[in-house]
Amino acid sequence: MSGSLIGKSVLRKEDHRFVSGKGRYTDDIQLVGLTYAAFVRSPYARADIKSFDVSDALAAPGVIAVLTGEEVAKDGLGGLPCGWMIHSKDGSEMRQPHHPVLAADRVNYLGEPVALVIADTQLEAKNAAELVMVDFEPLTAVVNPATASQAETLYEAVPNNLCYEWELGDEAATEAGLAAAAHVTTLKLTNNRLIPNAIEPRAALAEYNSGTDEIILHTTSQNPHLVRLIMTAFVQIAPEHKLRVIAPDVGGGFGSKIFIYSEETALAWAAKKLGLTIKWTADRSESFLTDAHGRDHVSEAQLALSADGEFLALKVKTVANMGAYLSTFASAVPTYLYGTLLAGQYRTPAIYVEVDSVFTNTAPVDAYRGAGRPEATYLVERIVEKAAAEMGLDPAELRRRNFIGRDQFPYQTPVALEYDTGDYEASLHKALKMADYNTFSARQAEAEARGKLRGIGLSCYIEACGLAPSQVAGALGAGVGLWESGEVRVNPTGSVTVLTGSHSHGQGHETTFAQLVADRLGLPIEDVEVVHGDTGKLDFGLGTYGSRSLAVGGSALSVAADKVVEKGRKIAAHLLRTDVDNIDFDAPVFKMIDSNESKTFQEIAFAAYVNHDYPSEELEPGLAEKAFYDPLNFTYPAGTHICEVEIDPDTGVVEIIQFVAVDDFGTIINPMIVEGQVHGGLAQGIGQALLEQAVYDDTGQLITGSYMDYCMPRADNFPDFKVGMTCTPCTHNPVGAKGCGEAGAIGSPPAVMNAITQALGGIEIDMPATSEKVWRAVQTMPALKTA
Amino acid sequence: METIELKINGRKRTLHCLPNATLVEVLRDQLHLTGTHIGCDTTQCGACTIHVDGDAVKACTVLAVRSDGSEITTIEGLAENEASHPMQKAFKACHGLQCGFCTPGMIMSAVDLVNKGCAVDPAAIREGLSGNICRCTGYQNIVAAVLQGASEMQEQSS
Repeated sequence: MSGSLIGKSVLRKEDHRFVSGKGRYTDDIQLVGLTYAAFVRSPYARADIKSFDVSDALAAPGVIAVLTGEEVAKDGLGGLPCGWMIHSKDGSEMRQPHHPVLAADRVNYLGEPVALVIADTQLEAKNAAELVMVDFEPLTAVVNPATASQAETLYEAVPNNLCYEWELGDEAATEAGLAAAAHVTTLKLTNNRLIPNAIEPRAALAEYNSGTDEIILHTTSQNPHLVRLIMTAFVQIAPEHKLRVIAPDVGGGFGSKIFIYSEETALAWAAKKLGLTIKWTADRSESFLTDAHGRDHVSEAQLALSADGEFLALKVKTVANMGAYLSTFASAVPTYLYGTLLAGQYRTPAIYVEVDSVFTNTAPVDAYRGAGRPEATYLVERIVEKAAAEMGLDPAELRRRNFIGRDQFPYQTPVALEYDTGDYEASLHKALKMADYNTFSARQAEAEARGKLRGIGLSCYIEACGLAPSQVAGALGAGVGLWESGEVRVNPTGSVTVLTGSHSHGQGHETTFAQLVADRLGLPIEDVEVVHGDTGKLDFGLGTYGSRSLAVGGSALSVAADKVVEKGRKIAAHLLRTDVDNIDFDAPVFKMIDSNESKTFQEIAFAAYVNHDYPSEELEPGLAEKAFYDPLNFTYPAGTHICEVEIDPDTGVVEIIQFVAVDDFGTIINPMIVEGQVHGGLAQGIGQALLEQAVYDDTGQLITGSYMDYCMPRADNFPDFKVGMTCTPCTHNPVGAKGCGEAGAIGSPPAVMNAITQALGGIEIDMPATSEKVWRAVQTMPALKTA
Repeated sequence: METIELKINGRKRTLHCLPNATLVEVLRDQLHLTGTHIGCDTTQCGACTIHVDGDAVKACTVLAVRSDGSEITTIEGLAENEASHPMQKAFKACHGLQCGFCTPGMIMSAVDLVNKGCAVDPAAIREGLSGNICRCTGYQNIVAAVLQGASEMQEQSS
């Protein structure tokens, strides 16, 4: 039976509860004695707090308590830390301003929480929050990352607002490559700031039991164990064994629910301090203001080429906006998840990148779907396409000439990574075919005859996923190991409970992981239940981000399932009175090799727990095995995306005519789920290219703070995507999987923008390519010949 | 406090609520019908879509008192007798959901589109669902689900 479930589009086990309204998200939880919290937030991007006056709020109907940043300081709560240490090129450590749970004397971004009001009802809490008088003295805000290092210093300990000045690669070799080049292509670009916008807003419900001194925090998290670790070890709200964190059904994350935020932390602290059960759910405005934003890079790059189009060197200088504080993973995003990816799919021998990370008076910026890798891909794939246009080469052909060949793996890049496997030509070839690339010029001519502008753009992306090999991550500055844990717990009657440190918030782990384990053990998928998201049920876990769940969490389960089989063989050997070497597991049956005697999986499970005939001196009873899996390397999903657009020159509206994505994710367990992940990633990537942008004005007010102002992709913005796969299995994990969650968001933006640039005759515009921007660009083009 | 009478998922309920309470708040907090979700505060995301007197309505933008005397169907009451509604089945069959948060509103909108004869082809479905935001799926499988659900609904009614 083994092998029968891998690669099958099994329908999702979790869907029944979601389609019938029985999902249980944090805000759905109702408990006896529930009270509600509302936060008081800064209306300024930067201001000194002169005083708090909470007397009116305390006197308001239903109000139980008001806690301000002053109480947080008095209770000695630690700040919210960033988990990745980055060293500047001079060897100095990155500068990390104190990130208070609630601000007491200075606010540094619009919406920063300074107090919370707790009341009997949500409405009473919100009304009373408006009565908290905070005497703010506004200060000049620093908003633009490009000029932040020359602006007024925001934190005494952070000269020039520079978090770090980081570099990677060989500067001398890169300069030599530029000097020797027959052609140098230069490009300046902005990677637009985005707001993640999971449709479920962040929420938390903290219960405190004074009898046991235990806090239970239900929260919208992608990694509940990390929440517990930081709240206990760093913020010091409670000891680890007295804080249980549960992330129930979570309505999308995209990175934004990785991080440890002020609100959830304040709620856990307040629940214990006041002996209450308190719920807070962000409204959408709060999500816009305080969910960690994504991207926000300004870059310049030079690509050196030989006369026949061979890449000689790539030099990149990037300014990355960190926002007002360093969020949990923020420092790693524009460095180890960005600079290391600048080789792309190419043999470029010399690469040098400098990244200046700056603080500004904006919401913290951290990992958002792709996290650093979309920024790297956008830069590489835009400059490669521009080089092709400048040199008069077909962009597919230029890429081909520079691809790392399928026989060149493992391949050490000049920017620290060793790619294990891949076949870039295969995905390019398949994508070109699916997009009818060869006949594009006929379609372009036909469009031109109708007065329309057509363009086609390529993007050959690579990403580093499966975060992360702990030793490598540790050497790079990670504060924690990045393995994953899992447990395969066989119940006495032979059904299986699978516990994983990965967290599903849309990815379908309850199905994919069940398929993986059911396949290995030869059980019907209905007999396997996946449990996740509760520190009270699983010892530890690192959670879900960086397309790591199957490659790392799935690998842990694969190892744990192997251990179950090994123990099962020993039990079978005892029951069958033979040597363990004489037992073969032909899932789901343990067979004697030299006879026709056998034991079923259920018989072995039963014997493990309740049999009187058990060799308990030699073998512990029970059949539950844990495994920690620490990957040996990152995984390297890669592929080719092709976008064809048509622009109406009269309106500037860009229509996606077709979008082709061919991806190599290694071994796939559930193609239906994987394609769904690709679709979702594409919508976010194309959304970045065409629609989305977070905009602050010069004073640090967020002027895209609602769905009326921030353009979310909707059903009528897209055609059906054409999705294809190629496969080179990952060489170093037992599943062969590389990860699929982020590829769509990584590969698609440059494909869209390359298509638009081509349609505009080479005129470059920055994302998002709104109809206004495109229309203005069209006005600078030579007049169209309309039919 | 105001007193209102509603028929919710086939059952008559008498409720007491504040005059400024929205319908979605009453459904979620008083009736514990938490399948109807709140995703925004500007009537843009559609996660709170329900049926009021046979029309799809965003329940975050209706005062509960305005619904006095109305007949309301939420996701919990869409299917009869514990079975799944054809649209619910189609969302499962077509992988038309991921995190599930927008799904109840999406399904309620989809059923309304079919009932109004507006789910005739993919383009019409895409336009008809443009008041419901999904951040996970890229919409493609939702469109496929609505097409399949529409055809099954039509078969059932014919």
